[in-house]
Amino acid sequence: MMTDFFFKLRKAGIPVTLTEFLTLLEALSQRVTAHNVEEFYYLARTALVKDERHYDRFDQVFGSHFKGLATRFDELAGATVPLEWLHKLAELTLSDEDKQLIEAMGGWEKLMETFAQRMADQEGRHQGGNKWIGTAGTSPFGAYGYNPEGIRIGQDASRHRRAVKVWDRREFRNLDDTVELGTRNIKVALRRLRRFAREGAAQELDLDDTIRSTARNAGYLDLKMVPERHNAVKVLLFLDAGGSMDDHVQACEELFSAARSEFKHLEYFYFHNMVYEGLWKDNRRRYAEKTDTLMALRTFGPDYKLILVGDATMSPYEVTYPGGSVEHFNPEAGDVWLKRLLTAWPHAIWLNPQPQNRWSYVPSIQMVRELMSERMYPLTLEGLEQGIRTLQRTR
Amino acid sequence: MSESRFRGTDRYVVTDDLMMAVNAAVTLGRPLLVKGEPGTGKTQLAEEVAQALNRPFIQWHIKSTIKAQQGLYEYDAVSRLRDSQLGEARVHDIGNYIVPGKLWEAFASETQPVLLIDEIDKADIEFPNDLLLELDRMEFYVYETRQVIKARQRPIIIITSNNEKELPDAFLRRCFFHYIRFPDKETMEQIVRMHYPGLKKRLLSEALEAFFEIREVPGLRKRPSTSELLDWIKLLVAEDIPPEALRGDQRKSIPPLYGALLKNEQDVHLFERLLFMSRRKKD
Ligand SMILES: Nc1ncnc2c1ncn2[C@@H]1O[C@H](COP(=O)(O)OP(=O)(O)OP(=O)(O)O)[C@@H](O)[C@H]1O
Ligand SMILES: [Mg+2]
Repeated sequence: MMTDFFFKLRKAGIPVTLTEFLTLLEALSQRVTAHNVEEFYYLARTALVKDERHYDRFDQVFGSHFKGLATRFDELAGATVPLEWLHKLAELTLSDEDKQLIEAMGGWEKLMETFAQRMADQEGRHQGGNKWIGTAGTSPFGAYGYNPEGIRIGQDASRHRRAVKVWDRREFRNLDDTVELGTRNIKVALRRLRRFAREGAAQELDLDDTIRSTARNAGYLDLKMVPERHNAVKVLLFLDAGGSMDDHVQACEELFSAARSEFKHLEYFYFHNMVYEGLWKDNRRRYAEKTDTLMALRTFGPDYKLILVGDATMSPYEVTYPGGSVEHFNPEAGDVWLKRLLTAWPHAIWLNPQPQNRWSYVPSIQMVRELMSERMYPLTLEGLEQGIRTLQRTR
Repeated sequence: MSESRFRGTDRYVVTDDLMMAVNAAVTLGRPLLVKGEPGTGKTQLAEEVAQALNRPFIQWHIKSTIKAQQGLYEYDAVSRLRDSQLGEARVHDIGNYIVPGKLWEAFASETQPVLLIDEIDKADIEFPNDLLLELDRMEFYVYETRQVIKARQRPIIIITSNNEKELPDAFLRRCFFHYIRFPDKETMEQIVRMHYPGLKKRLLSEALEAFFEIREVPGLRKRPSTSELLDWIKLLVAEDIPPEALRGDQRKSIPPLYGALLKNEQDVHLFERLLFMSRRKKD
């Protein structure tokens, strides 16, 4: 029952890991909840979901999975914890960290044994004693420095099995890894863009100046401080949220999430195909909550660096004609607006998720690229690096 | 004996889901990460947990320049240099210049404390990762004095974030997580009642009505939250504003003292413009 739940969550795109699932089981075994569905729901959510954007999905999965469930949850935690689900779980989700945990614990079988034991004799003593997971030192879980001392998962036979499993799950893991890698790499690339400027309160000892001043002060200490380094780069991110961009949503999301964590001053807006008089911040409410492009032009100074992300794949009318937009009547043409942006924010690049070798076949891409004075780069790591180098160039 | 389950306090309204999150974190000795709109009571929660469970309260407020190391300890080399110039005797013991940070303080506490790490998202993206090891092991090493600082017991750790930055996955995996949903009318009424027990019923309901209406105005940069509502009500009471003045249907102008609710100039303009347009439509 619980196993299936776990898999359904993952299938729904909620990145639950084994560590978290074990936490939930531990909480159940420690009687954090009385036996009622609502409390169990809260507990499961707080243990498994780490991003409120996934709450809704969680609710859906929970609802469908536990429909009509009796209010008794003893069965849930499971008198018998099926061993096979842990194995299955491992195939799909085991990270290095997880593996370390399991090994420290003495392997799957041991882990399950301990768990079953805890379940059996937990009655009446839910406080005190060694906690199953978490207490450093006394419990193998959460103990970073624990030395597995040659304890491997299972015995020889299972070690052999494990080797096969590693092989088997390669593609899953790769998939996960590349996502991880992607965001991380993008962050590293974006970091390039950080220009370190000194601003703010004096906080760091300026050694050179202190020595100089102390000498001048006849050897009496004269401390000199300088402000610490801050990330002072300001970024405006304009994202195309149009239909043809659907294929590239993931790349854009990654860029966006990386950028968001990397910059202190980040403003973002959505547009559709081409920037016109209106932008929006929330894609679902794009008709209700428009921001005047003019207002954005007035609000953000020329020190902002502009990064446009879009496939620039549209009808040429959308670029050059008033009223050319597919979505609404635009009094002024797209190219007029783009030029306006580039005047306001001279440090600008366009990132295009379309493969670069296709660009020359799409007239609108050619047009936009020209408008951007060639500052269009593919939305790949390499392209991002090039683009950022361009943004860094001061002119 | 300390109370071991958190059930809210007479100053703080806690929803069932939040209660569960706190108790799970306390029982299992894991950090609790709390997110939510500004002003939804994230910071106060930790204080109330400490109060209710009768634990010492330690607050570590994070700023953008803070490094994880500062939570452990800092070596105050500058003071030592100064002392050496003045020929102070204490200069010979480096231990005099090791300044314990908040995490050390929490580790050293006689009774299990509540440690609040407030606004963790303000720090550099590596900050949470840099704390992982110490939070896992509940100990760290002071190189200067060759000391190992071990936690006497796991502190109850509550961490808040305003979502300015995404937190690393490895960090998230170790926490319980709770997102404080913006209070619905009923909960909000309870919260206000707690702060102003003597408030007249009609004023409260009109104020809430107007408040939630303003929150619905599309395009606001900063929607007013609990703290703004509380400030506003305080002003309304101080200025002796009658409840009728807040009535939507009769409202000829913007609600009185709305400056307490909308603090952003653009929002004020937007709001005035919308109101102006809606009035014109009616005429
Ligand atoms: N559930 C609640 N019960 C009682 N008072 C509350 C509650 N939620 C918020 N408040 C009140 O709202 C105000 C803001 O709370 P607090 O500062 O804890 O919010 P916050 O989420 O930490 O905000 P920020 O993100 O701005 O730091 C306080 O005056 C607090 O008393
Ligand atoms: Mg706060």
